[in-house]
Amino acid sequence: MQLEAMYQEIILDHYRNPHGRGLREPFEAEVHHVNPTCGDEVTLRVHLEGDTIADVSYEGMGCSISQASVSAMYDLVIGKSVLQALETGDHFMTLMQAKGDPSVAEKLEDELEDAVAFAGVSKYPARIKCALMSWMALKDASARALGAQS
Amino acid sequence: MTQTVSRPGSGAQQKPLPLDVEAIRADFPILSRTVRDGKRLVYLDSGATSQKPRSVLDAERWFYENVNAAPHRGAHQLAEEATGAYEEARSTIARFIGARTDEVVFTRNSTESINLVAYALSNAATAKEPEFRRYAVGQGDEIVVTEMEHHANLVPWQQLCERTGATLRWLGLTDDGRLDLSDLATVVNERTKLVAVTQQSNILGTINPLGGIVARAREVGALVLVDGAQSVPHQPVDVTELGADFLVFSGHKMLGPTGVGVLWGRYDVLDALPPFLTGGSMIEVVRMEGSSFMPPPQRFEAGVPMTAQVIGLAAAVEYLERLGMDDVQAHEEALTAYALDRLAEIPGVTVIGPPDTVARGGAISFTVEGIHPHDVGQVLDDQGIAVRVGHHCAWPVVRRYGVPATTRATFYVHTGYDDIDALADGIRKAQQFFGVVPAEEA
Repeated sequence: MQLEAMYQEIILDHYRNPHGRGLREPFEAEVHHVNPTCGDEVTLRVHLEGDTIADVSYEGMGCSISQASVSAMYDLVIGKSVLQALETGDHFMTLMQAKGDPSVAEKLEDELEDAVAFAGVSKYPARIKCALMSWMALKDASARALGAQS
Repeated sequence: MTQTVSRPGSGAQQKPLPLDVEAIRADFPILSRTVRDGKRLVYLDSGATSQKPRSVLDAERWFYENVNAAPHRGAHQLAEEATGAYEEARSTIARFIGARTDEVVFTRNSTESINLVAYALSNAATAKEPEFRRYAVGQGDEIVVTEMEHHANLVPWQQLCERTGATLRWLGLTDDGRLDLSDLATVVNERTKLVAVTQQSNILGTINPLGGIVARAREVGALVLVDGAQSVPHQPVDVTELGADFLVFSGHKMLGPTGVGVLWGRYDVLDALPPFLTGGSMIEVVRMEGSSFMPPPQRFEAGVPMTAQVIGLAAAVEYLERLGMDDVQAHEEALTAYALDRLAEIPGVTVIGPPDTVARGGAISFTVEGIHPHDVGQVLDDQGIAVRVGHHCAWPVVRRYGVPATTRATFYVHTGYDDIDALADGIRKAQQFFGVVPAEEA
């Protein structure tokens, strides 16, 4: 049984009790991303104060991995600059490309906090896009929010 | 098994199966491999693509090792033999659906067959040859589909309408997963140029009553295209009984190779259509100023064809003929009845589609309360059970029934009651894993 390797307790906790869920005002950009192979979707808003991410609010439907990923992302990026948040997103991408290699997860533990629990997902190519959807939405929304400021 | 038995602890009835599952499984090399740390492969995803028996693989290998050459070109012995094998395969496949040999066009798959017709209808409007303009589609014309269609039988028609200014209309669905034909007489009307409808839904399993639709289309002079991607592999289909103008299906869903599909068309209709893809093989005379084209089916087969795959598909057809399509259908009907009973016993499981086996094939979509279909699929995969999850390329259908996605199990000739027991046990395991039922109930 390899299921537990993917569905870490931390992931199931985020899925059952998502952090920061719901769409809130104010916001500078809102994006809607879908995963066309499975129909999962997320609507995500970004609110910046200067270049700091003051709030990320979201609504979505999808599998446990996609929903837990957006919740863990929320915890990671609030209070960070857009640049720092995107860097964290790059680390998460590295984790997703690790094919389950535990040394990659170990190195990224400090940067990714709870999100390092998604390491097991990287062994399942079909599920990586579930974990990445919210990060792609964040990247898109922050770029638009920065664009709206300038 | 010669008599109906009930599984211990279940009211579901196992009727005797017409096909010898163990003997058939021995014909499919892939079914002897294991997955996910040594588990038996329970393959319930034939609706996406079917596995291939050894005779199909052998036929392709035979072609490459013995006769490989480009058919319909060259005068050497291999070219002659390759042409002979290719055309003999066309006859075999035509016979399987009760068609004339020259009415069978080879394409890449059902998707390409449908696109071929859709593009021929818009090309007709600008064809320089008057005889190719008979079925031209333009402004004021209507194309009719249903809400049940696979994207392959929906998007090409949306695109045809966008290219030509025609209007797309559709028949809706009833709550129990059937076509709503109450407004057939108004949706299919004098403006209708073509009705495109599936014979069997890939997601709901519904087998559609095509007779009334074909009759209405005939009254108004519309063409009818039947999507047989999910019916031709699973039930006897005879084009002379169907009454349609086109039938499309894919080789890879009926034990054949990928990369080969069929467009069957009534000869006089095919003969009045301009080509879709142009190039070698399909021409009659080529001059720098312009070209003329071959009659069907060659007019629609540009370039060197997928010869080995066509020969593999003929071997698949022969395999199905040996089993007998009546028995294939009866086999799947018995499995479907059993699966519907087994799923009904699990609290929280809802079948999306007809609840009984009346006019229903072996594709069962379901949801499990409290667990996303992806997660259901993942737990099943962990036990070696391959199912499809998502919207099954029929997004309007899942939207119609108010679910984001479903889990789908599909059956074929190698499916047995043990596969369905594995599915039912697997669903209960998923419920336990995600804690959506008390442990003692699961």
